[in-house]
Amino acid sequence: MTKRIVIPFGPQHPVLPEPIHFDLVLEDERVVEALPTIGYVHRGLERLIEKREYPEYVYIVERTCGICSFIHSLTYCQGIEQIMEIEVPERAQFLRTIWSEYSRLHSHLLWLGCFADGIGFENLFMNAWRIRESILDVLEQTTGGRVIQSSCKVGGVRRDITHEKLEQMAADLATIQKEIEDLSTVFLQDDSIKHRLKKVGVLSKEDAYHLGAVGPTARGSGVAIDIRKTGYVAYGKLNVEVVTENDGDCYARCAVRARELFTSIDLIKQAIRKIPEGPIDVKVTGAPNGEYFSRSEQPRGELVHYLKGNGTKFLVRSRIRTPTLTNVPPLVKMLQGCELADVPAIILTIDPCIGCMER
Amino acid sequence: MKIEEQTTTPIDVGKLIGRVEQFRSGGYRLVQINATKVGDLYEINYSFDKDYKFENIRITIPIEMEVPSISGMYWGAFVYENEMHDLFGIQVKGINIDYKGNLIKTTIRYPFGAGAVVKGEKP
Repeated sequence: MTKRIVIPFGPQHPVLPEPIHFDLVLEDERVVEALPTIGYVHRGLERLIEKREYPEYVYIVERTCGICSFIHSLTYCQGIEQIMEIEVPERAQFLRTIWSEYSRLHSHLLWLGCFADGIGFENLFMNAWRIRESILDVLEQTTGGRVIQSSCKVGGVRRDITHEKLEQMAADLATIQKEIEDLSTVFLQDDSIKHRLKKVGVLSKEDAYHLGAVGPTARGSGVAIDIRKTGYVAYGKLNVEVVTENDGDCYARCAVRARELFTSIDLIKQAIRKIPEGPIDVKVTGAPNGEYFSRSEQPRGELVHYLKGNGTKFLVRSRIRTPTLTNVPPLVKMLQGCELADVPAIILTIDPCIGCMER
Repeated sequence: MKIEEQTTTPIDVGKLIGRVEQFRSGGYRLVQINATKVGDLYEINYSFDKDYKFENIRITIPIEMEVPSISGMYWGAFVYENEMHDLFGIQVKGINIDYKGNLIKTTIRYPFGAGAVVKGEKP
């Protein structure tokens, strides 16, 4: 019988921007078991809800993650609005949708760049991040913030976008789309990338579903879960196409993200065409008394904010279930049976956001 | 905006496994497990989804009561059950991967079971 050895992977590793650790049990070069450890940077943000009034907490919740910051604030505000039965103006819902899709674009481009770097394509990394800069520019021009937007609040949004700016954004998206076409062609067609990613880290459709995979991790295995289909914010008024691939390998997860760039562009264009005139917020008085599981589709998958209030300005509980946390068990399954050299690429394909997970 | 319909059904701890088995055989996926401290008791919510139908079951327990693990039916539940133990001190029996308090390392033991302490503020 082959002797088993345990190799520690992380928490510090060149492909990991944030700390997560795996004990990899190996037989020769093959991983037979992977045991994850998290908790290196747990921040206890959820407990701050007891010390901050619920409108203030938006500023904390959007700092859960530096990539999908806007969607965290949106999901939290949506939960409070449901508990307090606040009707948010339609224009605000469309603006939230537009900023959500810009967040998805910048997150996917960031991931594609990091992933390219992780598998040795430094030039592709730079190209992806160059395109991402133009997305961040729009976020900055429309919200004032590149990373933390602070444009969402309970009852609506803080900033409007002018008609002229929306038209300019739609026109600029045509240029960005062309650049993304060139970029994604390399990710989807390059033989060396295919050779590196095909049939690596396979997650079956059944495992993806029952192990709780969400986002591109699930959709790469053919599980068509996308919370945008529930119609939150303005998605119910748009045609949302769910991108899926069936092979469940690293290439499939990469392909889902590359193809989702185009669906995000399409959704922004649809939202710009359909956005109505009107107010962008409503006055909010009182305090939440009740509970709600607020769900949204982050770039990494389904996000759940559980909120419970008792009629005071301070919530009893805020619980943030991030997509990375629920993608850890599927990752453990993907790693079983893979080659040691493929471990970094496989871990990257769930787009791990440890900051989010260690909220 | 569409409003998602959500149901929460309180159940006894003894019925937890049977109810979760029904969700598993009914083709539901596990969305999350979370705990909330309410007075001296702990509410634990188990959330499931099938075709965007979101359902919760809830048990309410005192801290000394042990909760059976559902990781036999939903293998991925171990992350939530270990987290619940490490943050709240809730004892979960029979987790498939039991970190025994080492999944999330915190300075304060069971930080979500005690009063919130903010750096720079008096407890």
